[in-house]
Amino acid sequence: MQIARETLLRSYRAMRTIRMFEERLHVEFATGEIPGFVHLYCGEEASAVGVCANLTDNDTIASTHRGHGHCIAKGVEVAGMMAEIYGRSTGVCRGKGGSMHIADLACGMLGANGIVGGGPPLICGAALSHKTLRDGGVAVAFYGDGASNEGTTLESLNLASVWQLPAVFVVEDNGYGEATGASFACAGTQKARAAGFGMPYIECDGSDYFAVHEAAGEAIAHARAGRGPVMLHVHLQRWYGHFEGDAMTYRAPGEVAEAKRDHDCLRLFRERVTQAGLFEDSVLDEVDTAVTDEIEAAVLQAKDDPLPQSADLLADVYVRY
Amino acid sequence: MSKKSFRQAINEALRQEMRRDPTVILMGEDVAGGRGGSAGTVDAWGGVLGVTKGLYEEFGETRVLDTPITEASYIGAAAGAAVTGLRPVAELMFVDFVGCCLDQIMNQAAKFRYMFGGKARTPLVIRAMYGAGFNAAAQHSQALYPLFTHIPGLKVVIPSSPYEAKGLLISAIRDDDPVIFLENKVMYDVEEEVPDEPYAIPFGEANLTREGDDVTIVAFGRMVGMANEAADRLAKKGIGCTVIDPRTTSPLDGETILDCVADTGRLVIVDESSPRCNMATDIAALVAEEAFDALRAPIRRVVPPHTPVPFATVLETLYMPSVEKIEAAVTATMNHRVKEKV
Repeated sequence: MQIARETLLRSYRAMRTIRMFEERLHVEFATGEIPGFVHLYCGEEASAVGVCANLTDNDTIASTHRGHGHCIAKGVEVAGMMAEIYGRSTGVCRGKGGSMHIADLACGMLGANGIVGGGPPLICGAALSHKTLRDGGVAVAFYGDGASNEGTTLESLNLASVWQLPAVFVVEDNGYGEATGASFACAGTQKARAAGFGMPYIECDGSDYFAVHEAAGEAIAHARAGRGPVMLHVHLQRWYGHFEGDAMTYRAPGEVAEAKRDHDCLRLFRERVTQAGLFEDSVLDEVDTAVTDEIEAAVLQAKDDPLPQSADLLADVYVRY
Repeated sequence: MSKKSFRQAINEALRQEMRRDPTVILMGEDVAGGRGGSAGTVDAWGGVLGVTKGLYEEFGETRVLDTPITEASYIGAAAGAAVTGLRPVAELMFVDFVGCCLDQIMNQAAKFRYMFGGKARTPLVIRAMYGAGFNAAAQHSQALYPLFTHIPGLKVVIPSSPYEAKGLLISAIRDDDPVIFLENKVMYDVEEEVPDEPYAIPFGEANLTREGDDVTIVAFGRMVGMANEAADRLAKKGIGCTVIDPRTTSPLDGETILDCVADTGRLVIVDESSPRCNMATDIAALVAEEAFDALRAPIRRVVPPHTPVPFATVLETLYMPSVEKIEAAVTATMNHRVKEKV
């Protein structure tokens, strides 16, 4: 499938933004200045971006605890995300959600989620809204191999099929649920699970933006056409620990180094588009510079932004009480 | 105005709101019934106790959605639909089944607005049956409203009569926050005059069903009727009781409770939920803190023992609050004499 030049450049920028956002958080978190937990998406950028390049603001996604990439790919503003992670009142959730609850309903981002398997049922509901309101939208649940075993996920696959919802279930399989391998924790195969619920299954290499874009395009088109839900199985590598501070002693020495060497989606993207003569290196270098500046500005701004006020503690529990 | 049962009042509220607002949808196990299988009658049940009967016929399959028996997915779907443009009323059947889907209520729907910095609206209603008195035993008889009341972000409604049920359900459906609407399963055939036209009863405004000078009784749901009967019997003995039906446990109309206790100086709370950390303890704490000087006797709680709900009729009767137990508690507060401090 031919992808528009503009889409490619936007996707490259989104992937680079995720990479730099996360690499910077890795550094800043170690200083102790960022409160709470963060879970980094480095190495998995092509999945969020390849999927979301097929979506518009009218479509909905639900994310996971490892949600920064999905937020950026769906168009959540980077400065507001950084401020949120720093617990500032200027954050997209006014400092009340933090890393695990970044959401922006206006661009169809139904939230990162602190609960493994929390998103798939919500996506059934969002897909039901799209179907009932006939707005042409599709709802996409991102979830990990760990969440693929949750009852909520399995129930949602069933419900989406029973109700023939315009939903896509994206299993981001990075091989680990926390510190336990998917090879231990996932019985059977994702493919057989999809078949068990009567839905089409597509898999792709998550380090290849083009493969993800094509597979997701097919899955989303199927759902959008009213032909029911699809499972998209994306094979990925996680470059950092489950959370920041995780020494990853459960992984073989060299595993991450090999992933970085052989499966870096940004390097693979650059090689492909420059070799095909679509872009000069200098064009992509310019993007890298712009993103570096954007992240630097976001961090400086976040550190300087105001903290929430005491009145914010009681605000927005209810619309009206 | 005509006589309607608790069941009919709820059905009418749903029907009128569905006619008024096309985004109101119903979902749940057998809310219609009869889908699939050997193609017998569609809309075979209308809910396990017939509360939603006839709504499928009027509104069709896009607005009355039968679900598989998978509470986590469809309660979560109702939450997801609520933040994306619909106004779902999901039926959980027995409230005890919340054990299968609490995450989607407690960690998702209840917290969207706060976690997302005030940007979400979640106009979700979850209807469920609660309460003992049906020999339904330990897994189908609980009164779990304190559990929901404990969770910030949820509103909790317990109607005490058909009139209350219709007006409170209409408010619940029009509300932009997630609402847990609890129907006492023993009350579905109770009848009273209920207006035909739609009307809304606001949340957080208690209703005084009896007024008297001696003792304040706070009661919830089905217990309101028992408290009224106890008050009527006590009135014949010269003891005047005010009976407060708070209507909602979240928000709770603490002001009315405190005002009444200031007048009577005595308080009895009737709560059929398990006795630890329930509404009775909550209200007792409120009154002890805010109206200590008004009290002329210790606060009394008429509550079940700290046991699961038993099956056998003799045990279930022992378990439940009753008119007699309420009368005894009121009498005990009246007989209390403050000891002189030495």
